[in-house]
Amino acid sequence: MPEPTRPNQAHFFADLDQTALGAVDSVDESAAPTSLWADAWHSLRRRPLFWISAALILLVVAVALVPSMFTSLDPRFCELDHSLGSPASGHVFGYDRQGCDIFARTIYGARASVTVGVLTTIAVVVIGAVVGAFAGFYGGWFDSLLSRVTDIFFAIPLVLAAIVVMQMFQQNRNVITVVLVLGVFGWPQIARITRGAVLSVKQSDYITAAKALGSSRLMTLARHVMPNSAAPIIVTATVSLGIFIVAEATLSFLGIGLPPTITSWGADISKAQTSLRSQPSVLFYPAGALALTVLSFIMMGDVVRDALDPKARKR
Amino acid sequence: MAWYVGRRVLQMIPVFLGATLLIYAMVFALPGDPVQALGGDKGLNPAVAAQIRAEFNLNKPFIIQYLLYLKGIVTLNFGTTFSGRAVSSVMAEAFPVTFKLAVMALGFEGLFGIALGLVAGLRKGKFFDATLLVVSLFVIALPTFVIGFVLQFIVGVKLRWLPPTVGADVTFQTLLMPAIVLGAVSFAYVLRLTRTSVAENLSADFVRTATAKGLSRARVVNVHVLRNSLIPVVTFLGADLGGLMSGAIITEGIFNIPGVGHTLYQAILGGQAPTVVSLVTVLVVVYIVANLFVDLLYAGLDPRIRYA
Repeated sequence: MPEPTRPNQAHFFADLDQTALGAVDSVDESAAPTSLWADAWHSLRRRPLFWISAALILLVVAVALVPSMFTSLDPRFCELDHSLGSPASGHVFGYDRQGCDIFARTIYGARASVTVGVLTTIAVVVIGAVVGAFAGFYGGWFDSLLSRVTDIFFAIPLVLAAIVVMQMFQQNRNVITVVLVLGVFGWPQIARITRGAVLSVKQSDYITAAKALGSSRLMTLARHVMPNSAAPIIVTATVSLGIFIVAEATLSFLGIGLPPTITSWGADISKAQTSLRSQPSVLFYPAGALALTVLSFIMMGDVVRDALDPKARKR
Repeated sequence: MAWYVGRRVLQMIPVFLGATLLIYAMVFALPGDPVQALGGDKGLNPAVAAQIRAEFNLNKPFIIQYLLYLKGIVTLNFGTTFSGRAVSSVMAEAFPVTFKLAVMALGFEGLFGIALGLVAGLRKGKFFDATLLVVSLFVIALPTFVIGFVLQFIVGVKLRWLPPTVGADVTFQTLLMPAIVLGAVSFAYVLRLTRTSVAENLSADFVRTATAKGLSRARVVNVHVLRNSLIPVVTFLGADLGGLMSGAIITEGIFNIPGVGHTLYQAILGGQAPTVVSLVTVLVVVYIVANLFVDLLYAGLDPRIRYA
């Protein structure tokens, strides 16, 4: 008996490359998947601002590490004969009130600022990331407790707290005490940002997967949550580095930052107040160097933030 | 909403207690004996010193001192300075000046920051926008006191447009330049925040809808874009009021303004612990209350926050 013909039952099959499944086949499996950081680097290296700020940061760090490479003069060799003197051969920036070479002082001042900025940022990131990560990851009453502690430190303005505490270290002020003070009162911002990032990463499927695979809580936090929360922390830390350099200069300006024995931009700017009317360059060079340093860190943070944000990234 | 307000107010209490305790501990850990220092090189008669200690509760254990102090704050009794003046009268003189300065700074940064930020955001990527961004970066990178010196020198001393220092004569005109200096850094932040927010909202669906239903460009920008973009800006401005009042310590020093910062700095240098604690406490309270107010305002402006 012949099979009855059923023309209506004929099915149309599209070729595989015309269906949605075609897209699956077209993925090149040999190519490595690009990570967030690889994507960010890809867009970063095309931004001129990134290269400008990177070059400036490298320059400032080099000056801070080996100032003697950039000037053969001694910043503490001063002759009152030259007080507020105009630029002369070999002394391109002129002299300050004490007759010290401004160029040499500007070069040697970099070390204090950069050291304070870098060490404070490290301290702040360590304290802030630990507090924020534990608060966000463990949640519950532990989160409430840590968040209130963060609020307490956040409620006390940085400069105010620094003034009160620096007064305690009257006799032995140095880079470490300044870093300690700025670090102890500067971490709440990083803690809040870390907590927010951890809270949103915690919801991800891969965290559930890691837990299902038997990864312990601490291991999940260290291996999976933290690496994926790092982007906003790094951006904020870069910008804060600049802000801490300004804070150190502010303390030195108030006379409670670094002692006069340490050459620093903040102290030099502060001293320039009295000489400003007769010799503006006394203020201009250390302030300019400080501004350029801070600027390069803020620009770097900005560019990296744009590169890490897929919405803002232009491809 | 009532539940949200209640929770936020309750959260404020431990923060207030913790912050005041921390300040109290820090100030009283200051080295040196302020009571002995009153007597100068000669030193005080032990009986007099003991009497002063008893009067300021300095002979009691630390935690009792703190609790007594807390009781004083709650009953609005801030104690007296070592020279016998009521701390509250010192504050009554200094706070209005700083408050005026901070509000003027806030007005400056809000007005110019939002206006310029809006223009920059509408022209994102154009020349005007790029110039403003560079200028704002420089303002952020320069310490406030450098901006203060330079403006004071150029506007006050060279051009003589505005008086270079304030002194006892606290008027709108004399405070104008200090207020601009005080608000400069925040102005740059407000500008950048408004710009980002406006640029983001311009491509939002509700703006496309508004344009599509035939609203004029001015109405779309002023009502739909600006109002939605202002939410983060208002938050920043509110929280900044507290920051400005404590940041005034530098501006007040440069322009010789008899406000809180100036008084506070003198008190710290002179080891006047009761004055320092009281002034800092009030500043912290202003800061906490401003932040609370902003949180509530934020919840009012953006219903999503309330239910989160």
